[in-house]
Amino acid sequence: MIRILLALTATLWAATARAEIEVQEITSPGGIDAWLVESHEIPFVAVEALFAGGASLDREGKRGAVNLMTALIEEGSGDMTAREFQRELERLAARFSYDVYDDALSVSARFLSENRDESVDLLNQSLTDPAFDETAIERVRSQVLANIRSRAQNPNDIASETFYREAFGNHPYGSDISGTLESVEGLTRDDLVQAFDDTVVRDRIHVAIVGDITPEAAGEMLDEMFEGLPETGPELPEEVEVGIEGGTTVIDFPSPQSVAFFGHEGLERDDPDYFAAYILNEILGGSGRQSILMEEVREKRGLTYGVGTYLVPKEHAELYLGSVSSANDRVAQAIDVIRAEWAEMQENGVTAEQLEEAKTYITGAYPLRFDGNARIAEILVGMQFTGLPADYIETRNAQIEAVTLEEINRVASELLAPEELHFVVVGQPEGLGETN
Amino acid sequence: MIFRPLLLPLLLLFAGPLAAQEDDVTTYTLDNGMEVVVIEDHRAPVVTHMVWYRAGSADEPPGQSGVAHFLEHLLFKATDDLESGEFSDTVAAQGGSDNAFTSYDYTGYFQRVAADRLELMMEMEADRMNDLRLTPEDIVTERDVILEERNQRVDSNPGALAQEQIRAAQYLNHRYGLPIIGWRHEMEELDMEDALSFYDLYYSPNNAILVVAGDVEPEEVLEMAQEHYGPIPAEDQLPERFRSTEPPQRAARRLTFSDPRVAQPYLVRSYIAPERDAGAQEEAAALVYLAELLGGSPFTSELGQALQFDSDIAVYSGAGYDGISLDSTTFTVSVAPQPDVTLEEAEAAMEEVLASFLEDGPDAEAMERIRTQLKASEIYARDNVQGLARRYGQALTSGLTVEDVQAWPDILQEVTAEDVMEAARGVLRPEGSVTAYVTPETQETAAAETQEETQ
Repeated sequence: MIRILLALTATLWAATARAEIEVQEITSPGGIDAWLVESHEIPFVAVEALFAGGASLDREGKRGAVNLMTALIEEGSGDMTAREFQRELERLAARFSYDVYDDALSVSARFLSENRDESVDLLNQSLTDPAFDETAIERVRSQVLANIRSRAQNPNDIASETFYREAFGNHPYGSDISGTLESVEGLTRDDLVQAFDDTVVRDRIHVAIVGDITPEAAGEMLDEMFEGLPETGPELPEEVEVGIEGGTTVIDFPSPQSVAFFGHEGLERDDPDYFAAYILNEILGGSGRQSILMEEVREKRGLTYGVGTYLVPKEHAELYLGSVSSANDRVAQAIDVIRAEWAEMQENGVTAEQLEEAKTYITGAYPLRFDGNARIAEILVGMQFTGLPADYIETRNAQIEAVTLEEINRVASELLAPEELHFVVVGQPEGLGETN
Repeated sequence: MIFRPLLLPLLLLFAGPLAAQEDDVTTYTLDNGMEVVVIEDHRAPVVTHMVWYRAGSADEPPGQSGVAHFLEHLLFKATDDLESGEFSDTVAAQGGSDNAFTSYDYTGYFQRVAADRLELMMEMEADRMNDLRLTPEDIVTERDVILEERNQRVDSNPGALAQEQIRAAQYLNHRYGLPIIGWRHEMEELDMEDALSFYDLYYSPNNAILVVAGDVEPEEVLEMAQEHYGPIPAEDQLPERFRSTEPPQRAARRLTFSDPRVAQPYLVRSYIAPERDAGAQEEAAALVYLAELLGGSPFTSELGQALQFDSDIAVYSGAGYDGISLDSTTFTVSVAPQPDVTLEEAEAAMEEVLASFLEDGPDAEAMERIRTQLKASEIYARDNVQGLARRYGQALTSGLTVEDVQAWPDILQEVTAEDVMEAARGVLRPEGSVTAYVTPETQETAAAETQEETQ
């Protein structure tokens, strides 16, 4: 069906590219809202669920509890041990994964149509009755501790952790979600049960379902999947100021190359200027096409393999971040170029041609994202989490197109602040003094 | 055993979709020898266009390690029709994305665009197959970029540095023992002539495979391919693909890689192993099971259960095998011990698991679970048409045929416990192995600590 439609409209594509998916907003008999895309070509279903809050719900002094708890969800539930649970998952050929981020805990599930009921029961069991068995806790704790020790020796992790600590201090954003060796060693089973009760709650859930299932069956499935969850959890943390100032932090690390993590304050996802800022970032340091920074730092000067920037609108604070790696004797030059381009862009903005090219790319790339059940489910649940309506898929490109040259250049002058850029450099950089 | 009866209906149900999948693949060969594989997936109006060359780092001339990858970077520079960078800019102007990759046996280029932009991609990709126009400045800056890439991917990563040493020890005579990105001292000397002679010889239609996957009609793809790739003459000097091959390996090798940046010590045991060969994939299929049985899931595999559940020896254990390779590949097992366990103790525990597996053979239930999972993987794989495209590209540049790729799922289903044991006995031989300790300690400090303990 899609093919015929395309053949008729092929010549119009440049201007009218559309993602050809139909999102149905459904509510289960038990009252759970979800977005559904029916796709019966392949006999499986992809479900993505997000519980808002995530690691930001760690209680004071318990940093890492939500992370360790999340890793334990797949380590046995009901009357199944970890091994029994995993064997059952393998027998059903279902794939569940549980991940946690700063502001959300995510559950990804894929299961065969044929095994849907059994798979959903198993998923429900893991989300409502995790065992938190003492031996599993110790086993997973030792894995988390090993990760923390590895992060402490990884220049990229050292750089980003330092930046976030300087920016957010004691707020949960100021430290990695894994916690510290001390905090993780101190976590008890009660702390993990508390973290679970705080996080996996019904009124913070967002769900997207894509695949071989009807709306009626999806509704029943939702109720079975989430039956037994507590209604609500504690308050989410408060907004936090970005407390980092312009300057450079150097951390000595034995490596031929230095890693630099940099940034300053960004803007909120629901800021009216967000689309302008999004296009601006695409031009300055985005990853989708040749950005100004890639051109200046890599193509013209060969100073790096990669440099990129990104807007990071978190739930309670907003950042504009970037990273670059360069040989120790060249990283100072790479940083100079980045600062200079930041200042140039703030002062002179983009050209009409750059704006048009970026719009063409951004609007053309958008429909290409929707090319697989699992991928579509991820995008849809992300939209719900961000507070976007289902018809955003149809209106989004028009909002990009509506950004004017005056608007984007006003946003460039307001958002970009070269003197506020803070660089955390990990390595043994030459000719780079520490400031601030 | 209670799960066994449920498996039978599963097998029957899956037969349908698997057969249908093969119907979605159409192949052609152009007059100049270029192979064409078209994979249809009409769910989204998107197409992936890939050109794969049967030329990777293992095809490089001596002294020029890294030139295959260097050339991959240089292919984004100017041609007679396009300015430097214009290729990617044009893809981006269509909303598409593009990139390239280099491995031991292949170099590949791909673009992902709206389905009706396919022809433009072909036009540009055909152009740079023959008409690259490099400048001396391109060579100098891009060589700096690949050196920075080496800095980032390898020299900043002790695990990657260790891996280079392990492969160098594993292969006695084959170019697989050299890193794809190249040894730094040879990368620094790569020049225009090195890049162009590799280009002139290998970047030819009779050495290339076109894979187009997505919302396309095979006949239309063929027509476009004939128009754009068809006129490029075949390379009549293209050599038969021949590399120095491995002699029988007769001695177990051991090495210790020390780097203060190693946070979590671990050990890797790598065995020389057979690869998937055209018409003969059975042994490789058995090795896929062996890897899963020994170290696939930390919860249910032999190593995971013995070292992470029944004892507190390891924080991580695993096994790996990738059978897609033109020549001999490797089978690896690895263990990261708990902080209070030494690498020697971890190795001894790992040996015990391998020995008892060779003694007892695979658990029947585990065999069936893996069989079910492999069958389901085929269904999940259909959700990612780019992944399917890569599967064909890799296979066809590694000595396999389309028929081999399509036979593979069935061959996997037919593997028996006896096949696994035979393959295990063939591969898990000390003489074919390299055992590496990756540790933050230098050998001197490790020796000193041992002395202190004994005093």
